[in-house]
Amino acid sequence: MGEKRDVLGLVLTLSSAVALMVALGMVFLYAPREATMGDVQRIFYFHVASAWVGFFAFFVTFLAGIGYLARGERRWDILALSSVEIGLTFIAMTVVTGSLWARPVWGTYWTWEPRLTISAVQLLIYVAYGMLRASVEGPERKARFAAVYGIVAFVTVPLSWFAIRWWRTIHPDVMTGGEGMAFTSRMGHTLLVSLVAFTLLYATLLRQRIKLERAADVLTRLRLRAQSIAK
Amino acid sequence: MGFLIKVWAIVVKDVAAELHTREMVSAMLVFSVLSLLIFSFALDLRGAVAQAAGPGVLWATVAFAGTLGLSRSMAREQQSGCIDGLLLAPVDRSAIFFGKALGNLIFMAVLEIVLLPLFSALFDVPFLLPGVLLVVALGTLGYAAVGTLLASIAVNTRAREVMLPVLLLPLAVPLLIAAVQATGGLVEGASLGEVGGWLQLLVVYDLLVVAASMLTYNYVVEE
Repeated sequence: MGEKRDVLGLVLTLSSAVALMVALGMVFLYAPREATMGDVQRIFYFHVASAWVGFFAFFVTFLAGIGYLARGERRWDILALSSVEIGLTFIAMTVVTGSLWARPVWGTYWTWEPRLTISAVQLLIYVAYGMLRASVEGPERKARFAAVYGIVAFVTVPLSWFAIRWWRTIHPDVMTGGEGMAFTSRMGHTLLVSLVAFTLLYATLLRQRIKLERAADVLTRLRLRAQSIAK
Repeated sequence: MGFLIKVWAIVVKDVAAELHTREMVSAMLVFSVLSLLIFSFALDLRGAVAQAAGPGVLWATVAFAGTLGLSRSMAREQQSGCIDGLLLAPVDRSAIFFGKALGNLIFMAVLEIVLLPLFSALFDVPFLLPGVLLVVALGTLGYAAVGTLLASIAVNTRAREVMLPVLLLPLAVPLLIAAVQATGGLVEGASLGEVGGWLQLLVVYDLLVVAASMLTYNYVVEE
């Protein structure tokens, strides 16, 4: 069954490889050097792109959760779980690149800047989702609980975003004062290409992760059959 | 009309069970007093510090004590096998959700009725204002709603009690920020209008989590 050619997977892999190369080239060669922050600002393109994927992945999990509760089919659960794992990686990358950027620009690795804070909250939600799955017995129940958590958690994310934003505007953070960036159209192009590249990468990883989970399912079934024959 | 009677029956059952043992509310209360004690060591809560940190300490205490009560309330359902009876009864699942959530809301309210005057007296922070009571009511409502849903999930996991705070606190972030900010503003003498944005956020949070919990509760308790 695994023998047939995965054309879509191949296309995705190749196109995300090309897009990432182009994005990388643009980040270093095409995008101009930012006037006040210097080269450090170049991390911005991948930082924003991974934040976008981190958020989008959770949205996919939210939709997959609804799909699972409505239909009860395993494929929705596979989609939800795959998307969360990839989203976790990207949101962790967002927090790390944000810290790397913050150090030279704001003089500290961590500041309770709104967007960094919301990324950290999202990271914790992803971690909680993972812990929940690990702690529930039985695949059907695991899928059901995870779907419910994915839905309710996603509902609170926009509210967190508002709350953290308002909270920080009321108590302005001096360290974010120098944040205004001189944004040129070349920067815009680079950001756009990075976003496309990361989205393609997400799709590629998602595809692979789903295949992996399906293979694991097949393996479990074979094992169960082998056991029943041996008896 | 029948729906409300069913919800009420579940609330009455929970309150009666608690009146017999009093273990849940008393555990929450003692925990809260200990929490105030620890915060007063940790932050040296006097004068201006108490004014500034008070709202945060209050909500941290309520949130942590709340997870204790929520876990216990669900664990009790499971140990006594009561939840099975409820599921067998010809009752809509959302009635079970509202009954449990309302019960939890009442237990948290009892805690707050004791905690607020105590806090005000110990640290000289004026929490007994109508506005603060409104914020406390709104904040507790949302917390009890989403907490009831997640406690029903947590009680069915291997990690049980440990799982609830991990699941609940990240989702309570917007609620806690809004509640702390609104309480802080009111304590410092702001009018209700000045903290209106935070109140709106609390109302929106409450509506969203009540709706989401009500719609998904069915899938949590089905076995």
